[in-house]
Amino acid sequence: MIWDLHVHFSNFEGRTPHEKMANAVKFADRMAIERFMLYLGFPPHPEDPTPEELTKINNQVLEALQHWHHRAFGFVYLNPNHLEFSLKEFDRCVRDGPMVGVKLWIARKCNTPELDPIVERAASVNAVIFQHTWVKVTGNRPGECTPSEFAELAARHPDIPIICGHTGGDWEHGIRAVRAHKNVSIGIAGSDPTNGFVETAVRELGPQRIIYGSDAGGRSFASQLAKVQGANISDEAKKLILGENLKRMLAPILKRKGFEA
Amino acid sequence: MIIDTNVYVSRWPFRRLPGDEIPELLAKLRSHGVSQAWAGSFDGVLHEDVAAVNERLAESCRTLGQGLLIPFGTVNPMLPDWQEDLRRCQENLKMPGIRLHPSYHGYTLDDQRFFDLLRQAVEKKMVVQLALNMEDERTQHSLARVSEVDTAPILRLLPKVPGLRLVIQNRRRKPSGKLLGRLSYHGEVYFDFAMLEGVGGIARFIEEVPGDRLLFGSHYPLFYFESALLKVKESELSKAQRDAIFNGNARLLLEP
Ligand SMILES: [Zn+2]
Repeated sequence: MIWDLHVHFSNFEGRTPHEKMANAVKFADRMAIERFMLYLGFPPHPEDPTPEELTKINNQVLEALQHWHHRAFGFVYLNPNHLEFSLKEFDRCVRDGPMVGVKLWIARKCNTPELDPIVERAASVNAVIFQHTWVKVTGNRPGECTPSEFAELAARHPDIPIICGHTGGDWEHGIRAVRAHKNVSIGIAGSDPTNGFVETAVRELGPQRIIYGSDAGGRSFASQLAKVQGANISDEAKKLILGENLKRMLAPILKRKGFEA
Repeated sequence: MIIDTNVYVSRWPFRRLPGDEIPELLAKLRSHGVSQAWAGSFDGVLHEDVAAVNERLAESCRTLGQGLLIPFGTVNPMLPDWQEDLRRCQENLKMPGIRLHPSYHGYTLDDQRFFDLLRQAVEKKMVVQLALNMEDERTQHSLARVSEVDTAPILRLLPKVPGLRLVIQNRRRKPSGKLLGRLSYHGEVYFDFAMLEGVGGIARFIEEVPGDRLLFGSHYPLFYFESALLKVKESELSKAQRDAIFNGNARLLLEP
């Protein structure tokens, strides 16, 4: 059973969300991926989206989910620079809609207090929280937070599970930054399949805190699955990372919504 | 059966890797049906004593390679008397080709010495592998940062080095679009897909370049070997296309 934490519309052919989904599912089938989490709308993705852009983007995801709720779940894209709107958008798409998680990207540094109400609102209905992180030796984008900045947010909410997206890209750095924060799981998507990544993560965090995702279609499913399937770890650990950890994290909200897991 | 054209031995300078000991490397390759692997040396990226790097590489392949590892030597045309390294690679160490790391050795492809090196490789009938990257620029060590090699000058060089057999490895972005097609149509230029990304990347790639120019390359052990293997699975390919990528193209390249 493989569940993928991190899929976008990019690189999947099609003019409509439905057509793109059909292509995404075709590739998911080839790679034995049962379910995937979908977020952000059609590329290009605005870094600091306006409320109008957020509505449009999230509507594309909602449309995609209509016929594919047995294969995909949606995460709502929010922007803490438009906090009041984002909370309403959360209610529309998650509390009162079919989405099950929150995607936060690079609009605003994630250690700022504007994130707190979003995290709390999400936790109130058990929505899964995903925050992008990277630490680039070439320099981060202005609102792009590092795993250490992410760790500040996680430390303010020690009882709320939260996912460190990309493990900072530089995973040797990222694993270290979140290690002490037991509420943090890492997403392993969207970086090169550097040998040793998942072995190191298992050693430092244990297999329960690691979640497979691809960042397809910008990335291939292949290179990202290889991080787990090629890792020198137990089969039990691979199962956790490839799907069981995410399924466990989603279980309360899926139950709340009456979705079949 | 697979011919993996992009494997390294010895130590990556910044991290120990699962598979950086040859017995472990061979066990992984064999478990996935690799029957031949073209091996460069990680030492060749930063060491200056290239002659010793190449001797160790040849020795390791001969004594530990179980007939599976084919050594591809390092030549750094910025070093004095690099011609002697090339001569030793061919005459003494019986290597069928060399692997170049221009970004780490500090030259661009419009450098006269690179041109001279290509010409001499052709005279010696050696394959030239060109590593455009070793890892993502964003995750490099802060004191060892290099950019992707710019392949644009190659198009001008190709007509001047007839007979050149060139393999472009670890391409991420460059050459892009048009140049990619022109390179593959104007000379005997091959590509691997170790760093090719995007869903169904291989199927998309062979819309740009002829299918007989694509070689299986894993970049193992710096990358998980399974990445390249799963990329072949992810793209919808005919059996003939798959066979060509897995081994046919590489075999023809090495034994023309
Ligand atoms: Zn992403």
